Amino acid sequence: MSSITTRDAPRGFSAGEYMTCLTGIVWREGLRFLHQRERFVSALVRPLVWLFIFAAGFRQVLGISIIPPYETYILYEVFIAPGLMAMIQLFNGMQSSLSMVYDREMGNMRTLLVSPLPRGFLLFCKLLAGTAVSLLQVYAFLLIAWFWDITPPPIGYLTVLPALILSGLMLGSLGMLISSGIKQLESFAGVMNFVIFPMFFASSALYPLWRVQEGSPYLYYLCEANPFTHAVELIRFALYGQINWISLAVVAGCTIVFMIGAIYAYDPSRGLARRGPAGGEG
Amino acid sequence: MTSPAPIAEPQETPRPEAAAVPALATDGVSHSYGPRRALMDVSFNVQPASFTALLGLNGAGKSTLFSLITRLFGIQTGRVSIFGHDISKSPGEALRLLGVVFQPRTLDLDLSLTQNLLYHAALHGISRREARARAAELLDRIGLSERAGSKVRDLSGGQMRRLEIARALLHRPRLLLLDEPTVGLDVKARADIISHVRQLVTEQGIGVLWATHLFDEIVAGDDLVVLHQGKVLAQGPVSRVITEAGAQDVNTAFMRLTGAQTMPGGGA
Repeated sequence: MSSITTRDAPRGFSAGEYMTCLTGIVWREGLRFLHQRERFVSALVRPLVWLFIFAAGFRQVLGISIIPPYETYILYEVFIAPGLMAMIQLFNGMQSSLSMVYDREMGNMRTLLVSPLPRGFLLFCKLLAGTAVSLLQVYAFLLIAWFWDITPPPIGYLTVLPALILSGLMLGSLGMLISSGIKQLESFAGVMNFVIFPMFFASSALYPLWRVQEGSPYLYYLCEANPFTHAVELIRFALYGQINWISLAVVAGCTIVFMIGAIYAYDPSRGLARRGPAGGEG
Repeated sequence: MTSPAPIAEPQETPRPEAAAVPALATDGVSHSYGPRRALMDVSFNVQPASFTALLGLNGAGKSTLFSLITRLFGIQTGRVSIFGHDISKSPGEALRLLGVVFQPRTLDLDLSLTQNLLYHAALHGISRREARARAAELLDRIGLSERAGSKVRDLSGGQMRRLEIARALLHRPRLLLLDEPTVGLDVKARADIISHVRQLVTEQGIGVLWATHLFDEIVAGDDLVVLHQGKVLAQGPVSRVITEAGAQDVNTAFMRLTGAQTMPGGGA
């Protein structure tokens, strides 16, 4: 027999191969996103409805005093813009994980998981790809919001980018962690209700926390403990060229915890294996 | 976040007897879903440049076995190795040598043929330029060059399967697994795919494990593994399995081995 039957020495993977894999996964996620135009439209319409209708109606009800990072009195629209940016990422993170549930049912996930590169790296690439898609949505929203007089300083558009990447990773890995425990698409709808809405409403996205504290101290503590609050605050400060260190620490810490959890859950000897035959088995 | 790439340890240089390393070796593999035992002590080899048919009815455990070999599930008991690389200990090296065609379709329907191939190549770390060249070459071989830019959604079932096989070959694996690849195809498409895969065995020396419940896909020169209710009932060259079962053809041999009265899923 020729050399074809001999066992060759393991050669590992070069940095170039890792990069190729990462760009390939991001590229594919981007292509899929472009093909789902209705997803893009609904991702934009959702925050815009909040901005145009909810905020317009609420601006008379809720006065905002001067709180950091704002240096003047601001309109309510300006206040909720960072919360809506985080909301875009929250929905996107959950939708990406919905697509993982769907992918797994349809078998596309298998294509990803039989890649020879380390599985943790593959899932990380998938998270980055989902985050990249959320950035497109957020910047499209910021562009429209600019015409609605939400005009952060020009440098803010740049300084918010790292904050958005971090919050996108946190929300994406949370979604991935949740998706690993879901068997079917139906149960995902429940998760939307039990995860997205509580996270969004019990946060500083729609009202400043000092107002919440006046109303109910318990709700205030709940909001403070909500990682989503810190994603919103991280984005809010970054949009005005500032860093909220506490929020940064919370978001970074949660990202690491959620990501490790998600990678653990997708480990072949746990996660998937618990679920019985993956389709095809007659 | 990335676990470090397997470090290239110094390996013993291939000795002459290393030529005996099987393309695929399963050794005492058992698997349970809770109380239900799907595989029991499954051991068999697939040699390089051979066509091994894994014959079993639906529910025999074929898909579970495939999920274990492709590392979708973790191995509970036993050992699986691909060209000597243990799938649990060095999955990267093992998966690199493995091409898979799963039973459910796993293509991105909204992407083009080329885009599907490029995505797969990226997952194997193949550079874009190299991937384009290989994709064009493979599309040419399966006669779909002209469709390179169309959406996969517009292909027929047989064409999709051919594309999936091409995709599985993109990273030049030396072992190819196919899980009932002809299910749902018409006679012509089935014949095309079978002859294409057999050609890969003879011309490129690829070891093939072909899971099927269709007797007429097996020919005399093949190796055969009969899997029934999670156990390997017989294995070896087709002619030997038939003789040992005291039968004249695969069909009868299978029924003698399994004690089946009827022949669900039918062959020819």
